[in-house]
Amino acid sequence: MNESLADRNNYTVRDRVKSMIANFGLPRLIIAAFLLLLFIAAPFVGADFWTQISNTINRFSWNAVMVLAMVPMIHSGCGLNFGLPLGIISGLLGATLSIEFGFTGPMSFVMAILIATPFALLLGAGYGWLLNKIKGGEMMIATYVGFSSVSFMCMMWLLLPYHSPTMVWGFAGKGLRTTISLEGFYDKVLAGFLQIRIGNLSIPTGTLLFFALLAFLMWAFLHTKTGTAMTAVGSNPTFARAAGVNVDRMRLLSVVMSTWLAAIGILVYEQGFGFIQLYMAPFYMALPAVSAILIGGASVNKASIANVIIGTFLFQGIVTMTPTVMNNMIHMDMSEVIRVVASQGMILYALTRKTEGTK
Amino acid sequence: MIMGTSSTPLLEMRNIKKDFFGNQVLTDINFTLGEGEVLGLCGENGAGKSTLMKILFGMDVIRETGGFEGEILLEGKPVSFSTPLEALSAGIGMVHQEFSLIPGFTATENILLNREPKKRNIVSEVFGDRLNTLDYNEMTGRAEAAIDKMGFQIDKGMLISEMPVGHKQFTEIARELSKENLKLLILDEPTAVLTEKEAEALLNSIRSMSEKGIAVIFITHRLQEILSVCDRVIVMRDGFVVSDVPAKETDVSQISRKMVGRSIDSTANSEVRDLSSAKTVMSIRNLWVDMPGETVRNVSLDIKEGEILGIGGLAGQGKLGIPNGIMGLYDAGGEVTLDGVSIPLNSPRKCLDASLAFVSEDRRGVGLLLDETLEWNVAFPAMQVQNKFLKNYLGGLIKWRDERAIHEVTDRYISELAIKCTGSKQKARELSGGNQQKVCLAKAFALEPKFLFVSEPTRGIDIGAKKLVLDALKKFNRESGVTVVMISSELEELRQICDRIAIVSGGRIAGILPAAEASEEFGMLMISMVK
Repeated sequence: MNESLADRNNYTVRDRVKSMIANFGLPRLIIAAFLLLLFIAAPFVGADFWTQISNTINRFSWNAVMVLAMVPMIHSGCGLNFGLPLGIISGLLGATLSIEFGFTGPMSFVMAILIATPFALLLGAGYGWLLNKIKGGEMMIATYVGFSSVSFMCMMWLLLPYHSPTMVWGFAGKGLRTTISLEGFYDKVLAGFLQIRIGNLSIPTGTLLFFALLAFLMWAFLHTKTGTAMTAVGSNPTFARAAGVNVDRMRLLSVVMSTWLAAIGILVYEQGFGFIQLYMAPFYMALPAVSAILIGGASVNKASIANVIIGTFLFQGIVTMTPTVMNNMIHMDMSEVIRVVASQGMILYALTRKTEGTK
Repeated sequence: MIMGTSSTPLLEMRNIKKDFFGNQVLTDINFTLGEGEVLGLCGENGAGKSTLMKILFGMDVIRETGGFEGEILLEGKPVSFSTPLEALSAGIGMVHQEFSLIPGFTATENILLNREPKKRNIVSEVFGDRLNTLDYNEMTGRAEAAIDKMGFQIDKGMLISEMPVGHKQFTEIARELSKENLKLLILDEPTAVLTEKEAEALLNSIRSMSEKGIAVIFITHRLQEILSVCDRVIVMRDGFVVSDVPAKETDVSQISRKMVGRSIDSTANSEVRDLSSAKTVMSIRNLWVDMPGETVRNVSLDIKEGEILGIGGLAGQGKLGIPNGIMGLYDAGGEVTLDGVSIPLNSPRKCLDASLAFVSEDRRGVGLLLDETLEWNVAFPAMQVQNKFLKNYLGGLIKWRDERAIHEVTDRYISELAIKCTGSKQKARELSGGNQQKVCLAKAFALEPKFLFVSEPTRGIDIGAKKLVLDALKKFNRESGVTVVMISSELEELRQICDRIAIVSGGRIAGILPAAEASEEFGMLMISMVK
């Protein structure tokens, strides 16, 4: 009697573990275990544990909004937003114009968001219109929309009549520099708010709260009538059309939302990083965000806020920790090489995962 | 026409039986076919014609589903083809309903594909036969011979992609005829896409093939053609051969009766209502719908309030196009009014707003969100169209999903329609076909429509589930007074629950009869205008 009961308990426990693994995903489990291993290894190779934790959380806070930007387009069936650079460019326009117009301090951040918004809405609408024309090939087209817009802006950063001395090249007096310091503008404007510092551990509370706010809004949106319609469009567009939903309008809305979030995302990234990076910097920005959400467990047409959080943490954790721990282990500066290998490897892995979501 | 004169017939099929996973589709099929004989094969959709031909042709699907029982004798010797290639080399050719031609190649290239006469050249001397050059002169000659044999001129140099659809059909036939050892040609509804003139030419070419000693099995819904060209007619129904007679001894009405007639007619609706005095709730005038394979040409129809109207007809005649066109899923034109108010076509939303609902025949494609919960599937259209199952905040600015209301309504329909599932949170994909169909009905019921289109509600579901679905529809009609239009290819099913049945043929309404009318009458209507 007792034995059979124990047997049954064993069975259910084993079953539960199995279904947990299945739900969580074995690859994600392996990545999480690897990250854990890195954290454990860090003190032994002479890297400070709390500094590493802080780095990881910091990088999480910089990137999370851009990963969140993936969600609406995944829900509406437009796939992964490889055209993220388009939104980033809107954000960069907002940032540079805000400085150009002479705003400083926290005000410059607010103004950057306000100025970036109309650009994001306009570019997003055009991008959405394009994606509605080429249903089925969204991700390919999105990639090239991103790439070409970055290249176009490379010319524009030189040609646009910016004059602010903090931003233009010193010799010529025109054309924006590749890297612009945000000191005196919105450097750490969010991260510094309610920042927690205990020894080597520092937590950018403000940035995390800002992300939490946007994530909450996204979660709430997905629970509204319109959000439900958007998810249905991604799940089965024909069904949605037969239920009276305007499929193209939903897709357009999702692209606009994604582009706007990307614009906000880059501003959040800049305030944490402390610099505006122009020219080719946005070129590969889509890939880490794409990999992060995929590692987080999203598929090409399903994504949740939890996917965003878990994915960003795992991806940024690995990208931050691997070079540090490896450098300390082999006492050679290989950080850049390892960073590239690690992050590109993750993307490769993540993209092989993407088929799981397709019908 | 030469009748088989030698003692051994060209083809003999003995006691052919086939089941698909316990579902018997062919039972004891026996027939023989002589050299040069033309055999007409007819029967309703699902009667087993195609399965029989697939067995004869050695198609993969037969072997994958467990093979068949019985014997096939070709010229007296038992044969068993495990692939169509073996059937081809034994001299059996088949022209399928769907074209298998390469659009970017010319007729000649398609006719002789992979059997091209070749010339040796220096490269192929070194690297092997695969690099021989094609002998275009010889190819043209052979294609010409095949086309002559067919007796209908097509341009042998024309690209397939530029051909009218009828010529594609003839190219396929020419391809079969170009095979020198061809003894038996199977034509599966070849005239479905042909114009009248082309069809006549095809019949002539069948006659000339027969004179040359090639036996033909001719499958078509156009019974007139069968009578004019065939030596013998076999009628199949529910997997049985119900009649095998010389064409001279039968006529169209006899064949159609055999095709649809059931021995027992007690299944017909016992409570057919005469609602001719009721007011007209929907009136359709000159409707055309461009739905591929189900073109509606010119349909005018009045539907009475509170009735269950059946729309029947053979596949491809346009019965499915009617609801799909009115509901805006395919391009349509004409005039549709509901309660005297005109309904704009080509806009699903406007139809839903007008309190129409539609259960699509394409469950998985149109009817369901396969990857979402039953709750979403049931509640979604009502939520989007009628703002049901929503909570309003900030004066209606935020419309929040009311999970509890959604859960309640789904649970109600799960118990009302006896949907077998683990709960309202289960994904629609995981349900069986019958239960998925019930979810589709629940979705439509949740809209509380005034008028409901149900398209092929019982396709692909078992008998038990069928009865439940039909009963649910009838109950919905009786209790809520909703007018129901049910489209089905199964006449018997329509006769079970409908008050009147309209038969669509050739994209038009061929006639409307009370459901109690004899099946033969419906059978006659079905084939009356077949195009």
